Amino acid sequence: MAEETLIHSDIEVFEARGDERIYAASQWQLMWWRLRKHRLAMVSGLVLLLFYATVIGADFMATADPQESNAQLGLMRPQPVRWFDGWTFSPHVYAIEGKRDPRTFKRVYQADPNQKLPVRFFARGFEYKFLGLFPANLHLLGVEGARAEDTLFILGTDLQGRDLWSRLLYGTRISMTIGLVSVALSLFLGLLLGGVSGFYGGWLDTLIQRVIEILRSIPTIPLWMGLAAAVPKDWSVTKMYFAITIIISLIGWTELARVVRGRFLSLREEDFVTAAELSGASRMRIIFRHMVPSFMSHIIAATTLALPAIIIAETSLSFLGLGMRPPAVSWGVLLQAAQQIQAVALTPWLLLPAVPVVVAVLAFNFLGDGLRDAADPYG
Amino acid sequence: MLVYLVRRFFLAVITVWAVSLISFAIIQLPPGDFVTAYIGQLQAMGTIVSQAESEALRMEYGLDRSFAVQYYKWVSRIFEGDFGIAMEYRRPVLEVIGDRLLLTAVLTFTSIMFTWILAIPIGIYSAVKQYSLGDYFFTFVGFLGLALPNFLLALVVLYIGFVFFNANVGGLFSPEYADAPYTWGKMLDLLNHLWLPSIILAVAGTAQLIRVLRANLLDELRKPYVITARAKGLAGWRIIMKYPLRVALNPLVSTIGYLLPLIVSGSIIISVVMSLPTVGPLLLKALLAQDMFLAGTIILLIGVMTVIGTFISDLLLAWIDPRIQLETM
Repeated sequence: MAEETLIHSDIEVFEARGDERIYAASQWQLMWWRLRKHRLAMVSGLVLLLFYATVIGADFMATADPQESNAQLGLMRPQPVRWFDGWTFSPHVYAIEGKRDPRTFKRVYQADPNQKLPVRFFARGFEYKFLGLFPANLHLLGVEGARAEDTLFILGTDLQGRDLWSRLLYGTRISMTIGLVSVALSLFLGLLLGGVSGFYGGWLDTLIQRVIEILRSIPTIPLWMGLAAAVPKDWSVTKMYFAITIIISLIGWTELARVVRGRFLSLREEDFVTAAELSGASRMRIIFRHMVPSFMSHIIAATTLALPAIIIAETSLSFLGLGMRPPAVSWGVLLQAAQQIQAVALTPWLLLPAVPVVVAVLAFNFLGDGLRDAADPYG
Repeated sequence: MLVYLVRRFFLAVITVWAVSLISFAIIQLPPGDFVTAYIGQLQAMGTIVSQAESEALRMEYGLDRSFAVQYYKWVSRIFEGDFGIAMEYRRPVLEVIGDRLLLTAVLTFTSIMFTWILAIPIGIYSAVKQYSLGDYFFTFVGFLGLALPNFLLALVVLYIGFVFFNANVGGLFSPEYADAPYTWGKMLDLLNHLWLPSIILAVAGTAQLIRVLRANLLDELRKPYVITARAKGLAGWRIIMKYPLRVALNPLVSTIGYLLPLIVSGSIIISVVMSLPTVGPLLLKALLAQDMFLAGTIILLIGVMTVIGTFISDLLLAWIDPRIQLETM
């Protein structure tokens, strides 16, 4: 059976290699082979793995405590790491001297090329708990024998003199996981309601479909804003995090429910479902043993494609000051500093948190596209 | 046709009702009732409010009654044209909103126009010249347009305008026209400012539409009737324009149902970034100040506006493509 429906190019490729594994491969194996051919999706997957590595290792990769502020070091330019000194490998940054301009009263910074601060890998720095469990103070990069005025601000500092690079890493932690948690909640709602809708049909289906239609015809941003504004300002970061997650997924489940319902509807007519029914399998067994495995891959693809919208939602809300709020750090919170364009014109590095947003969203889109193409290896 | 119309109308009415329910829930969400907040506001300004007066206010809004009663009172007030008081401004909500809603509608409308004006020619080009340099370029731009949240795009455009052209590209009016009554000069000034935010708003929708149009047109172009037409010697452009394009355009019209909420959503946040005098900045300010009557009314009006727009597009759709009526039966 599988031989007939396998896409011809796959068969040809494998036959040309004298490889007959394709006839014995499992569904997931076939999907993996198909996905591997999708270069852009593979690269995107790798990029996303890096992002999630950052989520775990944010403290290790950070060079300064993200909350430590110092007004004396506000709005400092990025200090690029210079990897070579002449022809020898010796990473260093130039020391920066800050003083106040006597006329404009602005702080101005001057890099001093004669004063080189050596940058070391695996340097000791501020204390943190790795994975929230093990106390550690090892960091990927650091300045050797750092005195207070020896700074390493790879991406510069914000108005309060906090290190943007470290804050970006910690922001990644919130922005990338809020998407995952939210999508998991949306998926639960989508599976439940879409499944009920598609499997039972009838008036229940009509009702759920109308609810989805209504929710989809209302602009989401004002709705999210209204709901998020009700989150009390004195809540802790953790509580705020879950409140925002729930608010986003309350409206975000509709697309997933639509996909699930569509799959249920098309599978209900399949021969193998009828066969299972005739052999007297119970309803639960049909759903979980026969139907779910065959549309699992489609769900994974749809979930991946749902993530960018959630990341953008969180970033937008936080940017407006209605989502995550300081002391929490997320990409949107960091971008808040870029709201005043006149100020940003002088400090363009404050726009940098836009880069990970775009990269992550693009990567999820490409990976999702690849997964969707690979989801049906017999198609 | 009539059955279809009635169905769409019925759905629109239910949606408006759902929007009103959600808006009212949002008004009710913050802790404490709004009379307490209102009195707090008054007292902060030095007005003394007696116990009896506050009780009277509570009675008037039915705050001692259930959610359903309060909702009923709120809706009946709206039917009388009374949307409540914007606390921060101490003026009726409608007065505060003024012509901002109209400007939001204008912005939304021009964005949709731009979406089509940009997407249709690019989509045709990408399909006809598949895998050409231009096709790859537009695919790339399209992906970027999808990935870049439109407020970021607005920020970048503002930044470029400010740094390289030394111009403030935000706002919808030049300073001299901002508070002036509507004249031809003001309208021209509006058009002069409108195109940039409209295009920024249109980018995401355009990117999606290009992909849809390209895929549809490619499907159609491979069909035998196109080959027949070509074999019979019909000119290249006429073949595309006469049949396949018309089939491929149908989904474009039907996507307006989700394009509209998308663009209205985007307009809120873009207006904040580019300081456009639409309801966006007002909504944000109201929410941050917990001025819930103003915020709830804005959410309600935006929702109703979207529903009406979708309803009109449904009618247009049924007129253009009669098959739609049968599909939803």
